[in-house]
Amino acid sequence: MTDLRSIDIPTPAEPSFGDFVQLLKPRVMSLVVFTALVGLLVAPVQLHPVEAFAAILFIALGAGASGALNMWWDADIDAKMRRTMNRPVPSGRIQGGEALGLGAALSGISVVMLWLATNAVAAALLAFTIFFYAVVYTMWLKRLTPQNIVIGGAAGAFPPMVGWVAATGSVSVEACLMFMLIFMWTPPHFWALALFMKEDYHTAGVPMLTVTHGRKSTRLHILVYTVMLVPFALWLGFTSIGGPIYLAVAVLLNAEFLRGAYRIWRREEAVAEADKYKVEKAFFRFSLIYLFAHFAALLADAALRAGGVSFGLWW
Amino acid sequence: MGLHVEHEIHHRRFGRNLGVGLLLVGFVILVMALTVVKVTRGMAPHAMDAPGGLGSTQPIEADPNAKVTP
Repeated sequence: MTDLRSIDIPTPAEPSFGDFVQLLKPRVMSLVVFTALVGLLVAPVQLHPVEAFAAILFIALGAGASGALNMWWDADIDAKMRRTMNRPVPSGRIQGGEALGLGAALSGISVVMLWLATNAVAAALLAFTIFFYAVVYTMWLKRLTPQNIVIGGAAGAFPPMVGWVAATGSVSVEACLMFMLIFMWTPPHFWALALFMKEDYHTAGVPMLTVTHGRKSTRLHILVYTVMLVPFALWLGFTSIGGPIYLAVAVLLNAEFLRGAYRIWRREEAVAEADKYKVEKAFFRFSLIYLFAHFAALLADAALRAGGVSFGLWW
Repeated sequence: MGLHVEHEIHHRRFGRNLGVGLLLVGFVILVMALTVVKVTRGMAPHAMDAPGGLGSTQPIEADPNAKVTP
């Protein structure tokens, strides 16, 4: 006779729906949705609203899939850092294999569905983006080089290009400049964060620039990448998707961004530590506004054009 | 103690299943909507619908140069 009450069965890890959503990095997805939507809406070819909705949904799903693959591979690193130790895989709520399965399945679904909804070039670009983030960045270069932020930035820069290609079927100078805007913006944005978020990258085995080259060098890198970002941001204003709103916003924001990068470069570490990284934190917050405002300005100019307003000059 | 006591795990499992179910329903609706848009806009002409194809409603023109053998 069996006495069930005497058996102490350990409670198995039972992930909730929210845990799986967390696996897709919803905060990153929101940026992907916004930039891809702008890329799609400013394109000269307009998709049917259902096709446009499907395109954005599957681009976001592709980004989520690469996030799940990243969490599967990086579970060992995530477990060592305070910011990431509560993620579903390192905390044990989701098994590594489940994250891999979800990431692989969603990668396939998102690419095939984007192909069916729009075109093969957009689908191929999305597949490359997932491959780039999951394999080239996460598996290969993240633990190898302190330039990992620069390389990872490329994956985040693809969504507006995919959105543009979903509408037009081809890559153009406008799509490349939208890519470059995010690509060059990413390093100063993340290195500013790395300056005041003193994470234990060394213990985790991730070669962050602040650790490998020191904080003074990181400050110089921020300035150099910001200087290189400015021409791309302004150039976009003189293309077919630019306009007076974008150009005005770009001139003002880039001047302020440059000023912030210069101030970061000039600062001594002791001064920064004394005022609790006030300038670095302000620069980081401003970088978020910077990117959002550039893409919002592109959308505003597109709305004016759609309303029949002609700008003359270059546009 | 009854065997049908609801554990917290059951609630979590139900929430997960409900989420997956709703996502699948949403996916089916999206595929249907996409299909309707593609078909009504003629975006995906099938090879069989081309003139002379099996699905074509157009009559095949007779070739005037064709030799008719008795």
